[in-house]
Amino acid sequence: MKQVKTLEDLQKIREEALRKVNIRSDRAGTRITVGMATCGIAAGARPVMMAILDELEKRNVSGVTVVETGCIGLCKFEPIVEVYVPGHEKVTYIKMDPDKARQVVVEHVINGHPIREWTLESAELE
Amino acid sequence: MLYRSHVMVCGGTGCTSSGSDNVATAFVNEIKKAGLDKEVAVIRTGCFGLCELGPVVVIYPEGVFYSKMKPEYVPEIVEEHLLKGRPVTKYLFGETVTEKEIKPLEETTFYKKQMRVALRNCGIIDPEDIEEAIAMGAYEALGKVLATMTPEEVINEMKKSGLRGRGGGGFPTGLKWEFAYKQKETPKYVVCNADEGDPGAFMDRSIMEGDPHSVLEGMAIAGYAIGANHGVIYVRAEYPLAVKRLQIAIKQAREYGLLGENIFGTDFSFDVEIRFGAGAFVCGEETALLNSVMGRRGEPRPRPPYPAVKGLWNKPTIINNVETFANVPVIISNGAEWFSSIGTEKSKGTKVFALTGKVNRTGLIEVPMGTTLREIIFDIGGGIPDGKRFKAVQIGGPSGGCIPEEHLDTMIDYDSLISLGAMMGSGGLVVMDEDTCMVNVAKFFLEFIVDESCGKCAPCRIGTKRMLEILDKITSGKGEPEDIERLEKLATTVKDTALCGLGQTAPNAVLSTLRYFRNEYEAHINQKKCPAGVCQALLSYSIVADKCRGCGLCARNCPVNAISGQLKQPHVINQEACIKCGTCFEKCPFDAIVKQ
Repeated sequence: MKQVKTLEDLQKIREEALRKVNIRSDRAGTRITVGMATCGIAAGARPVMMAILDELEKRNVSGVTVVETGCIGLCKFEPIVEVYVPGHEKVTYIKMDPDKARQVVVEHVINGHPIREWTLESAELE
Repeated sequence: MLYRSHVMVCGGTGCTSSGSDNVATAFVNEIKKAGLDKEVAVIRTGCFGLCELGPVVVIYPEGVFYSKMKPEYVPEIVEEHLLKGRPVTKYLFGETVTEKEIKPLEETTFYKKQMRVALRNCGIIDPEDIEEAIAMGAYEALGKVLATMTPEEVINEMKKSGLRGRGGGGFPTGLKWEFAYKQKETPKYVVCNADEGDPGAFMDRSIMEGDPHSVLEGMAIAGYAIGANHGVIYVRAEYPLAVKRLQIAIKQAREYGLLGENIFGTDFSFDVEIRFGAGAFVCGEETALLNSVMGRRGEPRPRPPYPAVKGLWNKPTIINNVETFANVPVIISNGAEWFSSIGTEKSKGTKVFALTGKVNRTGLIEVPMGTTLREIIFDIGGGIPDGKRFKAVQIGGPSGGCIPEEHLDTMIDYDSLISLGAMMGSGGLVVMDEDTCMVNVAKFFLEFIVDESCGKCAPCRIGTKRMLEILDKITSGKGEPEDIERLEKLATTVKDTALCGLGQTAPNAVLSTLRYFRNEYEAHINQKKCPAGVCQALLSYSIVADKCRGCGLCARNCPVNAISGQLKQPHVINQEACIKCGTCFEKCPFDAIVKQ
């Protein structure tokens, strides 16, 4: 329960609450997709997603939507996480685990540097 | 844990009565069973408006719209959609599902032409959580007003916006506030008329259930403008859900310091109390309402003096409708220019309508003023069901009038409707098709009026009753040619001499049906026939000999043994014995019985 004494108090409550209801409005922000078909779940996609959600919350990130998706066909490379930042190319991360996922959140989503070694493109180059 | 998905279950009265509570419980249980309760939140919201398709559930972030939900569907949706990310298209609102993708709700025919201003948060927030309302901007306008505007500036902004009373009177809101502002007597009062007496109207109810803070904030801003510290919401007791949501909202607003003493650290204090109506339509009339609040019998009084000068406890009072207040914060936030850019020249902004009756998509809509009736009924409402023809639309409840097909392209605004013999009223729209008897409609509304007349003035107490008696005569086949003239004379007299709006508008239903459907009255009186086939006393049932197979089903079911005939021979109905109950008509498997 927070007493609102000034307009700034109201603003603060608004910003915090916005993070919560933001997902109900425009999806113009960053989008993280986690493959959650049978192949994904079997490979361990759920802990990956929980790690992403946890890291986003810990770092107080807003404006990011986390969605699940079905099988994109590369079952061998699950768990797969795609990060789409508007204005940039979509980056597909393969063979993710909770630790790598957290690092992606920090390095790519927050700081804007995709981690190239873990992407699909790098795997294909080998 | 930040929830990654929100399941919004509509908790408006409509969906709640069709079982949305069970749907919500099913979601909570299944989500817990699937171990998703830390990631997926289930939230009860206000009315989305598409009541025809309730119970309604919208799941974010995808924004997909599940319609006609049942608890049985929930396990599959939790497993497929919430766990695996694949919306279950067979339970979605059909119109949103195309070959390639799921269309957003805003692109469906029901929502495309709407503009949700008063309903901006309904269906989007949890009305029982003040922080969600704040997230969507609640109380920012109040803050702006207290910090940067004088009462005069607030009143000027309201005048500039062109907002007119949404309860039906259409009086310019800014002007009303100015009258009260100029009075010197204190204490002053801000009253919200939440009585919503029109049968079938639920605009105000949905706003109170879905976004109660918009009303509270509007009232507080009004209080600052006129110099009042005390607000009263007069809400009808038949709205238990609205009452509950309002009570929770007031409690939370007080906890957060947004109602009470020294709001935003200024010396402006404002608090709100709730008073209950007890089911009298006349208590929606402002002076009767004030009497009711003061513990007296709900009877109107002559005006002047108007409530803005002498109102509650004889002090300056402004009374505004729920929807009017809901518009106030957004006018302050977005500016009077923005608001006045919507709508027509004399009717600015949007209006919430309850679209009901013989129309495919019944529900709650909000459109800019100036939208035509045709667009509302056929584009948004999806037209008349069962391929029937449109006949008329009643606007404004018992105080309003009917608009026939030739005027469907009228742009809706306060003045255009009055010139057609109807009125905007609070926004109830009842659509009627070819099977509706307009004389019966007039009788139905007049019955309501007679029931609700408070009895204080003779024109209403006696005049409406005499009108009803004539209508009873006409619909039971005893009408005389002079009756139409008598009706018209009574109608104009009551209209000109009744004490309050209830009596003054009571004859509208009769006058407007006489204006556009006089031929139906004449048919009832002169030919003793009801063209639409509704008035029981004027119907006769007869058996078409060619179609009758002589099965005897009708005869066996006739409660007065009026049908005779031998097996496999055409049967006959004895017209004198027939009580016109219609049982034979319903039972006949060969469509051999006609009613005309």
